[in-house]
Amino acid sequence: MTALAARLGGIRWTHPRTVGIAGIFLGAVAFWLTLPPLAARTSALPILVGLLAIAAGIWAWARDERRVGGGAVAAGLLGIAFGFLATQSSTAHLDSVVVWSALLAATLRYATPLTYAAIGGLFCERSGVINVALEGMLLTGAFFGIWGAIWAHSWAGGAAWAVGLLIAALAGMAMAAIHAIWAIHLKVDQIISGTALNFLALGITGYIFIDKYGDTGTPGNVADYGIPDVHIGFLKSWYFVGPIIGQLNLMIWLSIVLLVATYVFVFRTPYGLRLRSVGEHPRAADTVGISVYRVRYAAVIGSGAIAAMGGAYISLGFVHSFSENLTAGTGFIGLAALIFGKWRPFPTWGATLLFGFSSALADRLPNAYGNQWGTLFQALPYVLTIIAVAGVIGRSIGPAAAGRPYEKQ
Amino acid sequence: MSDELLAEEFEEAPPPGGPPQPQQHFASRFRGLTGAVAPLVTVVIAFLAGGLVVLVTGKNPVKVYHAVFNGTGLNWFFHIGSYHARIPFSTHKMWFPWNTASIAAGNLQQTLLLTTAIILCGLAVAFPFRCGMFNIGGQGQYLVGTYVAVWLGSSFVNLDPFVHVLLCVVAGSLLGAVWAGIAGLLKATVGAHEVISTIMLNWTAVWVGEYLFGQGGPLQGSNKSVPISNDIAAGAKLPVFWGLALLQGLSIGIFIALAVLVVYWLIINRTTLGFEVRAVGFNPEAARYGGISVARNYFLAMAIAGSFAGLAGALDITGWEYNLGQNDIPVNQIGFIGLAAALLGRNTAIGVGLSGLLFGALINGTSGRQLDPSIFRPDLAGNLTTIIQGLVILFVGLNLGAIWASIRRRRRRAT
Repeated sequence: MTALAARLGGIRWTHPRTVGIAGIFLGAVAFWLTLPPLAARTSALPILVGLLAIAAGIWAWARDERRVGGGAVAAGLLGIAFGFLATQSSTAHLDSVVVWSALLAATLRYATPLTYAAIGGLFCERSGVINVALEGMLLTGAFFGIWGAIWAHSWAGGAAWAVGLLIAALAGMAMAAIHAIWAIHLKVDQIISGTALNFLALGITGYIFIDKYGDTGTPGNVADYGIPDVHIGFLKSWYFVGPIIGQLNLMIWLSIVLLVATYVFVFRTPYGLRLRSVGEHPRAADTVGISVYRVRYAAVIGSGAIAAMGGAYISLGFVHSFSENLTAGTGFIGLAALIFGKWRPFPTWGATLLFGFSSALADRLPNAYGNQWGTLFQALPYVLTIIAVAGVIGRSIGPAAAGRPYEKQ
Repeated sequence: MSDELLAEEFEEAPPPGGPPQPQQHFASRFRGLTGAVAPLVTVVIAFLAGGLVVLVTGKNPVKVYHAVFNGTGLNWFFHIGSYHARIPFSTHKMWFPWNTASIAAGNLQQTLLLTTAIILCGLAVAFPFRCGMFNIGGQGQYLVGTYVAVWLGSSFVNLDPFVHVLLCVVAGSLLGAVWAGIAGLLKATVGAHEVISTIMLNWTAVWVGEYLFGQGGPLQGSNKSVPISNDIAAGAKLPVFWGLALLQGLSIGIFIALAVLVVYWLIINRTTLGFEVRAVGFNPEAARYGGISVARNYFLAMAIAGSFAGLAGALDITGWEYNLGQNDIPVNQIGFIGLAAALLGRNTAIGVGLSGLLFGALINGTSGRQLDPSIFRPDLAGNLTTIIQGLVILFVGLNLGAIWASIRRRRRRAT
C-alpha cells in the first residue's frame, strides 16, 4: 500500500506527458458521456469536455510531448464529432447499439485473431524479417485447423480441436519455413516472397477446400468439437464484468497469456535480447557470436505457428466453418496493429483492441441505423495506421535491419 | 543510357588492393539471354507444379490445360480459312484469314479485355520498381479508378459521348494518381515505407467501396434490392470494335493500354524523368549527390504509377463492365495479378505486355464461363490460377531478389 502511495506521489501531475495522457482520456470521456447509461442529450457537454482535451493536447504539444499531445488533440476532435453525432440520434437507437458488455465481449472476439497475427509478426520483424505474409499464414491456419479437427473427430471426439490446433500450427510453420528460406538464405526481397505466400495460401486453401468440401461446405457439427469456451461460473453473475469475461473462448485467454509471455521473452530474457539485436544490428550480433541465421529461422518459423493459431481460432473457435478467403484481410489488420503499436507487445495489444472495437461497432451500427455508415468503421484501422506511419502522432519506426538479408563475412 | 551503363556510372570503383573480385557469374555472360530465359523457366516451373496439383486431384493435367487453352481463345489463331470481316466502325466488309464471329473469337476478346487491365496494373508496379519502390497498392488504385468512373459515368446522362467517356477515363486515372500519390508523398516527406502505406490504402479503398456500393450506399443503383450501381450512360461507354458490347466485346481500351506501354518505354528510356527515376532506383544517395531531387522522383513515380492503375479501373468500367456491384469489390484481384505480371515481365515494357497476355489468358481460360465443368471444376481452376500466380512470384523473385540485394547493398555502402 505504501509502495502504491509512493508510486502515485511520484507522478508529476503537471508534467506535459501526464497532461497529454489526461487529454486523451478526456477525449474518450467526451464521447462516453453521450452514450448509455449516461446518454447526455445536450451537445454542449461533449464539446466542452472535448475542448478541454484539445487544450491539454496543445499544452503538451507545445512542451515537446508531440506524440501524446497530438493524440490528445485527435481524441478531443473525435470525441466532439462522435459525441455530437450521438446526441443527434435517438436514445432507443443508442441503446440498441451501445450495449457495453456485448460490445466489449465482441471487441475481444474480433481482437484475438489480430493479436495472434500481430504477435507472430512481432517475432518475425523483431528478428529483421518483414512479414507481409501474415494474412496467408492466418488463412493457412484457419483451413488446416478446421481440416485437422474434422479429420481427428472420428477418433479424438470432443478434443479434436487440439489436434486441429496442432495441425494448424504445423501448416503455418511450413508456410513460414518457405518465407524463411527465401528471405534468409536465398536473400529474395522479403516483400516479394511474402506476397507470393499470400497468393499460395489463398490458392492452396481454396483448392483443397473446393476439392474436399466444395459441394456441401464444412460439416455443420464443427461447433461440437471446436475450441471450447471457458465458463467461469462465479464471475457470470457479477455486474458488468460477468457478461464480458464470464464466457470467453479458450483462445482469447491464451492470447493474453501469450502476450505476457512474449513481453517477458522479448524484453526480459537473454534470448529476447539476441532476437532484438539480430533485428537491429545483425553484424554486431554476429560479432559477439550470435548466429544471425539461426535466430532468424527460429523467429520466422515461430511466427508462422503463432499466426496460424489466430487463423485456427477464427475457423474453429469463432465461426465454426470455413469458406474461401475466410480471413479477408484480418492478417493485414494484424500487421497494421503491429506497426501502430510500434513493434511492442502491449501497445500492439492496445491497437488490436482498438481495431477490434471498430469492427464490433461496425457490426452493431447497422442494427439501429440500417445504413452503410458502419462499414466505414472497418476502414478505421487502415486509416489510423497510415496516420501513424505518416508521423502525425509520433512516427512508427520498425527494427533497423528489417527487410535486409544478412550476409556473413 | 542503358541500365548497365547507368549502373556502372553510379557504382563506386572497387577499392585498390581490396579482396579479389569474385569471378563473373556464369549467367551474366549471357546477359541478353537471361533476360528472357529466367521468366520462361519460372513459367514452366509454375505450370508444371500446377499440373502436379491437378494430377494429385485425380485429373489429367494435359486434358485440363488443353481445355484451359481452348477457353483462352488463343486457339483462334490456328483456325485459318477464308472469311469476311467487317471493317471496324464502318459497314464495309473485307476478306480476312480468320473467322471473326466464332466462339474462339469471343473468348479471345475477353482474354484481351483482361489483358488490358493487367498490362496497366503491371505498369503501375513496374514504374515505381525502376525508382526503387515496391508499389503493392495497384489494387487500391485500380479500385478508386473504377469507383469514380461509375460515379461520373452514371451521373451526367446527357453529356456529349466523347466528352463523357474522356471525363470518366481521365478522372479515374487522376484519382488513381492521388491514391498512389499519398504513399509517394509520405515516402518522399517522412520516409514512410511505401509497402505499408499502400497495403493500408488498398484496404481503405476496399471498405470505402463497400460503403459506396453497398445496400443504402450513395452509389447503389435505382434497384434497391441489390447492392449494384446503375449502368453508366451509353455515352460513357468506350466504343466496341470487335464483337458485341452485350457479350463483352473488345473495346478500344486495348489500344490505350498498348499506347501506355509505349509511353512507359519512352518515359523510362528517353526522357530526363526516366533517367532520374532509374538513377534514384539504383542509388538514391548518388542520385542526390548528382543533383537529382530524390523526393520529387519518389512522388512522381508513385503518382504516375497510380494513374496507370486508375486508368485500368476506368477502362474496365467504361470498356465492358458498365456497372459495379458491392460483391465484385473484395474478390477483384486484377491489381495483384498486375503485380505478378510486372515481376514476371521484369518491369520492361515488352515483358509486361507479354506476361499481361499470359495472365489474361490464364484467368479467362480458367473462369467459370469458359472452362467445361465436365473436364475440370472452374472453381478449382480459379484457385489453380492463384497457385500458379503465387509460384510465379515466388520463383521469379529468386531472380529479381539478386538484383534487389545488390541494389540495396550499393545503397547501404553509399550511406
